[in-house]
Parts: sequence; C-alpha cells; structure tokens
Amino acid sequence: MLGLPDAAIAAAYVLCVASALLCVVYGIVNWNRGDDSEDKREIEWETHEQKIEESL
Amino acid sequence: MIVKIIITTVYLGIIAYLGWLGYRNTKDTKDYLIGGRRIHPAIMALSYGATFISTSAIVGFGGYAGVFGFSLLWLTFLNIFLGIFIAFVFFGKRTRRMGHNIDAHTFPEFLGKRFQSKFIQKFAGIIIFLFMPVYTAAVMIGASTFIQANLGIDYNIALFVFAAIVAAYVFFGGLKGVMYSDAFQGTLMLVGMSILIIAVYAKLGGVSAAHQKLTDLLQNPNVQEQVQGLQAGGFQGWTRMPVLFSQNWWTVVSSIVMGVGIGVLAQPQLAVRFMTVRSDRQLNRAIPVGGIFILLMTGVAFVVGALSNVLFFETTGTISVAAAGGTDSIIPMFLDSFMPEWFVSIFLVVLLAAGMSTISSQFHAVGTAVGRDLFNTEGKDDKKAMLISRMGVLVAIVVTIVLAYVLPTVWDGAIAISTGLFFGLCGAAFLPMYFGALYAKNMSKAAALSGMLSGFSVSALWMLFIHSKESVVLKLCQALFGKPTLAPEGTMLQFVDPIVVALTVSIMVTVVVHLCTKSKFAKEHVNECFEGIGNAA
Repeated sequence: MLGLPDAAIAAAYVLCVASALLCVVYGIVNWNRGDDSEDKREIEWETHEQKIEESL
Repeated sequence: MIVKIIITTVYLGIIAYLGWLGYRNTKDTKDYLIGGRRIHPAIMALSYGATFISTSAIVGFGGYAGVFGFSLLWLTFLNIFLGIFIAFVFFGKRTRRMGHNIDAHTFPEFLGKRFQSKFIQKFAGIIIFLFMPVYTAAVMIGASTFIQANLGIDYNIALFVFAAIVAAYVFFGGLKGVMYSDAFQGTLMLVGMSILIIAVYAKLGGVSAAHQKLTDLLQNPNVQEQVQGLQAGGFQGWTRMPVLFSQNWWTVVSSIVMGVGIGVLAQPQLAVRFMTVRSDRQLNRAIPVGGIFILLMTGVAFVVGALSNVLFFETTGTISVAAAGGTDSIIPMFLDSFMPEWFVSIFLVVLLAAGMSTISSQFHAVGTAVGRDLFNTEGKDDKKAMLISRMGVLVAIVVTIVLAYVLPTVWDGAIAISTGLFFGLCGAAFLPMYFGALYAKNMSKAAALSGMLSGFSVSALWMLFIHSKESVVLKLCQALFGKPTLAPEGTMLQFVDPIVVALTVSIMVTVVVHLCTKSKFAKEHVNECFEGIGNAA
C-alpha cells in the first residue's frame, strides 16, 4: 500500500493522517460544546499570571 | 545571499511589529485581561504547536528519519494522538480548571499545590532547572546546524550567531507569552512545510512512486555496501521497521517513539499552556489546528528525511547520512542541495522561528522554576524576585550554549538524543503523578512522591550505568566498575531507553503506594482542586 511494503510502516503512515482527521472531527463535533463562561477565579488567575510575567 | 538577507530582515521586522503590538495592547488597554483571553483558538493551537515543535523535531528527528526511515512516523502518530488529542481532551481541560482552582502558575507549583508538598514543587523545579538546558541545547544545535549549512559558515560561528539572537530575544522581553508572534511563526512553519512536502513528492513522481523508489533503493549494490553497518544493527530498509528487538529497533521504538511520544504528556512548558486558555470550548476548537499542524511538521520532516536518501543517491551516489556528513546535517544539506534559494531562505526563517518560540518557552519554564518553585519569591521585593528569576535564566542560557557546543562532539544525532533524554526524564518522573493529580481524588502525597522519586532515580541510574548512549559519555560507570555499561554483554539491555524501565517502575510504585496508603488531604482541599471538574465536556 502507498509503495510501502511493510504493514507496520503503512499503518503508521495511515494512522498519522487518521489521527489528524480525528482531531479535526472532534473539534468540529465539539465546536460549541463545553463551558465557555469565565468565572472570577479565572480572572484572578490571569491577573496573577500577568504579574508573574512582568517579573520575568 | 541578497535574497536571504531581504527575507530575514522582513521577517525580523514583522516579529518586532507584532511584539510591539502586543506590548502596546498590554500597556494601553484596561480590559487587556479579557481581551487577551479572547484570543482565537487557532492562535492558541498554533502557539502551542510552535512551542511543541522546534528545530529539534524538524532537523534532529528529520535527520534520524534519514537514517532509520519511515519507522519514525510512529512518533508522528504519537505526537498527534497523545501530544494533541489525548493531551488536550484528557489532560488539558482538567489541568486548566484545576490550575485556576489552586492558583498554580508553573507545572511544579501545580503538582506541589495539588499534593500540598513543597518538596514536590522544589524537586520538580530542580529537575527543570538542571535538565531543561539539555533540551534547549538540542533546539539550539538544530538551528545552528541549519545556519551552518545555509550560510556556509563554521558551526561554532553559527552557534555564536544564534546564541546572540536568542540572548537579544530574551533581553527584549521574548519570554513573555507573545501569542501573536508565536502564531505568526506557526503559520510560517505551516506554509514552509506544506511547500516542502509537495515539492519533494512532485520531484519523485508522486506519493506511492516516491515510496517505491525509496524501497527499491536498497536493492542497489552500492547502497547495500553503504548500509552494511546499519544492517548489522537491524536495519531492513527505509520503508521497513528494524528487526524486532534489534539495536535499531530499541533505539527507534524505545528512545525516539516512546521517549518523546509519551514524554510529551508531562512537559512542563506545554502543560502550563492549557491554563492560559479561556475555556473548555476554546480547547475543543484548538484541537483541529493542533492535529493538522503536527502532521505537517513532524510528518513532513520524517517523510522528507527518509526520501532524501533517493535524491542524495541520485546526485551524489551516497545515502543521506554519508552525503550530509552526519545525522543532524541531513535536513539542512538536503534543503540546500535540492530546494531553490528563495525557499531555503524562507525555510531558514521558518526554522529559526520554530527554534525561537520553543526556546523562549523553555527559558520561561526555567525562569519560573527558579523564581517561583525553587526560591519562592512571591510576596518578596519585586526587584529581588526579578533578579533571582533572571539569574536563573542567565545560568540556563550559559549552560545551554556550552552544551550546544559540546554535545555534537560526543553524539552523532545529538539533537534527537538530547530531546529524548529530557522528554523521557519528565515522562518517568512526572507522568504517573500528573495523571493521578487529575484523575485520582484519593491519591496520597506518599504515592505521588514515591512515584516521582522512583521515576527520576531509575532514569538517572539507567542513564549512568546501563543505557550506553549516556553511560559511555558520562563515564561514571567506567570509573567505578571499569566498563562503560553494566548491561550484560550480548544482550540488548544497553539499548533499552530509560523511559521503558523508569516509567514502568514509577507507574508500579505509584499504584502500589496509592493502594497501600490513605489520602490525608482535607476534604475541602480535594473539593477545591476538583471544583467544576467532572461535568466539563
């Protein structure tokens, strides 16, 4: 297959493309799923993170 | 040469403009926090990818593919499946939420706060401070080798030039998370690698025809002669896996595929990226770009690395590693020999971009490890805190440059070996504890600690006394026992990568201690850690 005589190599080649496709499909299917709100804790975390970044 | 100078100048101008744009937004916009966190998920994914993939992956591992062939594609598969899909879906979402819940800002701090252990935080910080330079050196060697081949200058001068660029970048605030310039560099990498794969397949008559030519190459008597040494190690051709459990098989499967492929799940500089994402939804949306990005980076580098043998043989009569004069020079020499000058100029910029974005995240991890984890500068005088972090980064830069100078003289394929070493060490020391932190509410501090210590110790001992790649160079085994490795002669043990043994031991130790001890954490602490986790999609 694909000029690759070793099944283990052909499998790796196909799995690379398949796993990238899995990422694409997962992203599309779950595009609007999952919490998208921002709570107080996250804002606090971000404020703190900015302070740490400044010290670098 | 003029083309190269123009392209590099334009690139540097754009990067400077994007940096200034980010700086101005930070200073002028009051609602920066909200605005900054509204970054498009594609930008986050590209930035994550640009941190993940560097000159190490493209030059170092691409060069390994030039020697070992398509078997390295198993690493690409793990890079995408574990490094993107599993990492984002099963580690990223929980890390993001828990990191915010316990206000953790570094990977050691995340583990330390989750298990209420200053020791875990400091120990993880020390591992990062001591060993991150090995990985950073790998990235630096990759960039310098490319500059060397591209501009035709001495490696040491190339290293000096790149180190100067890195120092300037770090000095002018390159350590701050500059998402937009990272994303720009990521986009450049995408375009560059896409052109490369199309050009190489077109040159060789298409996908299947190119692979067939590489398969047929081994039948050539001249090639047979050149691969005799490789065949003794289990090599069966660039389109076949090495002989099962042979020296080459252990190198490819245990050091390259497993070491880097699994180790990525516990990379300090990548894990913290999840916390900067605004929501689970944004993480979901980042996954497609991440998957495609990695496919086009490592997938293309490995395919091109392997196929370079056909083109090198057609023009020089020698296989890639002989024509290029070393594993790490295969990709740079290939591009210089077979691609047009304008493309090589762009690719130089692409590779430097890849190196810079990774290096800045590596030094960022070192700086925070020193300032926050080792010396705990929080609450102290701001200037003192900044000085400590910067001293840490400065020491790391010096050590990195020394290593980038020394490592290529001790190892052929130094880039891949050094990268594998750091990824493997992180995997063995942190992965079981990190997984437990996210998924096992009742995991005890003892289980986390013993897993980390056993993973690290077994890794270190294996490198010092068994795995000949490191033990021969480190010489402690020779000094103590009068031989370079304690692995029994005639066995393959000296080629088995530390991660195979160390990760197995650390998983077992973590599980056994977890089953034998009781978690003593207050219920409130555990609830705080896991607040909002479990119902996230």
